[in-house]
Amino acid sequence: MTDAHGSTAVSAGAAAGAGGRAAPGTALLEVDGLTSAYGPVRALDGVTLSAEAGRITAVLGANGAGKTTLLRTISGLVRPQAGRVTLDGEDITRAPVEAMVGKGMAHVPEGRGVIAELTVDENLRVGSLFRGKVERSEFDRVYDIFPRIAERRDNAAHTLSGGERQMLVIGRALLAQPRILLLDEPSLGLAPRIVAQIFGLLRKLVDSEGLSVLLVEQNARSALSVADVGVVLNLGRVVVTDQARSLMADEGLRHAYLGF
Amino acid sequence: MQQFVNVTLSGLTQGMIYSAFALALVLIWRSTRIVNFAQGSMAAATAFIALAIINAGASYWVALVVALIAGFVMGALVERIIIRPVEGGPELNAVIVTLGLFVAIQALIAIIAGSSFQSFPTPFGVRGFTIGDTTIALTPTSLYVIGSVLVVMALLVALFRFTRTGLAMRASAFGQEVARLLGVRVGRMLTLGWGLAAVVGSLSGLLIAGGGFVYPAYMDSLIVFGFVAAVLGGLDSPIGAIVGGLILGLALSYISGYVDRGSALVNVSALVILMVVLLVRPGGLFASSTARRA
Ligand SMILES: Nc1ncnc2c1ncn2[C@@H]1O[C@H](COP(=O)(O)OP(=O)(O)O)[C@@H](O)[C@H]1O
Ligand SMILES: [Mg+2]
Repeated sequence: MTDAHGSTAVSAGAAAGAGGRAAPGTALLEVDGLTSAYGPVRALDGVTLSAEAGRITAVLGANGAGKTTLLRTISGLVRPQAGRVTLDGEDITRAPVEAMVGKGMAHVPEGRGVIAELTVDENLRVGSLFRGKVERSEFDRVYDIFPRIAERRDNAAHTLSGGERQMLVIGRALLAQPRILLLDEPSLGLAPRIVAQIFGLLRKLVDSEGLSVLLVEQNARSALSVADVGVVLNLGRVVVTDQARSLMADEGLRHAYLGF
Repeated sequence: MQQFVNVTLSGLTQGMIYSAFALALVLIWRSTRIVNFAQGSMAAATAFIALAIINAGASYWVALVVALIAGFVMGALVERIIIRPVEGGPELNAVIVTLGLFVAIQALIAIIAGSSFQSFPTPFGVRGFTIGDTTIALTPTSLYVIGSVLVVMALLVALFRFTRTGLAMRASAFGQEVARLLGVRVGRMLTLGWGLAAVVGSLSGLLIAGGGFVYPAYMDSLIVFGFVAAVLGGLDSPIGAIVGGLILGLALSYISGYVDRGSALVNVSALVILMVVLLVRPGGLFASSTARRA
């Protein structure tokens, strides 16, 4: 938990405000030829993509396309058979999972990853553990962003609704002061209104704080409405990468891969 | 009345020891989902270390501290070297490993220390208070037993609730993957958890030995009682383990104190209590409906 936190340590106070970041539009997280398998099942087959600084990059695809495996391989939970992952130029392909957050990458896993037995506040504190002592004002800031979990801060996290859980895990990731946030299907099982609210907040954080997001979604319509760039994944391969706007307009592609 | 008070006090004292042993089992179960069958012989090993130190002329307190430290080191090493390779594998593997370890350590004790009964000292007297012509069985030794278990429990509560390490340990126990993604060194926390659990187990072994005899298998009945207490409490709940231990201690004390030839029934009674509770409340007395869903 004492990992050097690199350049992000210079920004004090702002939960999502990390300093020393790459200029907007330059590649922050680069994935090159990534191939992963579970035994004989090849889930990723030479995936290449890049997430730019200060942008939301959405990875879209049907159930089983390999989206979760992509994020898990990037953060080291799954070890790739081939390929490379670099973060701001540094090769992190073989870095230990525990070191990723210190390098500026926060991965919110599928199924929300709330620690049910801990309180809301304790969950947030876990997000900042690796940074050592953290100002209380950073927590207040997360509670300001998500007032609904502020009211529940001393409740056990298992009492939260699905939407509140998603807010909690995003808030927890923000306390890690990431340069890039990896989100695995945050919309899963949430009412459209809550999804819109959470995506709206993400957009705001990206625009005002310069956060970068790699968003994995089956819900392509909502994801494309908030994303800058879309990457369509099918059976472990990248089918197309384009501006979100263009993907939205491509009816054939939408019907074939995005289900709307 | 006097008998009732005395039987109750002795039940509470014994119960505290069961609680401590149960707590050791629960701490390990809830972080690694492993029932550490070796806890008993690990504790016995530390009691023999303490005895060797006392026999060498050192005070009980020196021996106690060294034994508890030895317990920590042993717990941490066992997790790191023996348990880590089977963690996350089929549950049966871990069961077989801890059972094997139980037998192996017990055999090792017999080889090194012999199988004979050796008396183990207690730092305080075992005479009760006398008020008028009634003697209350609240002995300095029972106060020491209750007090030391309470102190250890309070320290654990403080660690888990008020320190960053404690939070990291709980996060590692309840959400291993998430904790790793958030930079917590989960492996280290599990090692630490096993070490601390072994300290608590070791304390219970030293307390039950005090004023009696030790031999390689002297922990065997405490293992059964501690296990019953832990299951009574739901196996997942530290509070449950403590309450389970106290309930079991009291129940067994009443049975041996009031039932004809009751002391012969104690071991059987423990298992009957366990069966009845599991029939009525399969998850234990403290089963929470919130069992891990994260
Ligand atoms: N733990 C696993 N063991 C074996 N196969 C898996 C495992 N996880 C995912 N898979 C397989 O890998 C492929 C990609 O899955 P996943 O990455 O979860 O896709 P998505 O997140 O896009 O739904 C699927 O065929 C799935 O069945
Ligand atoms: Mg998935």
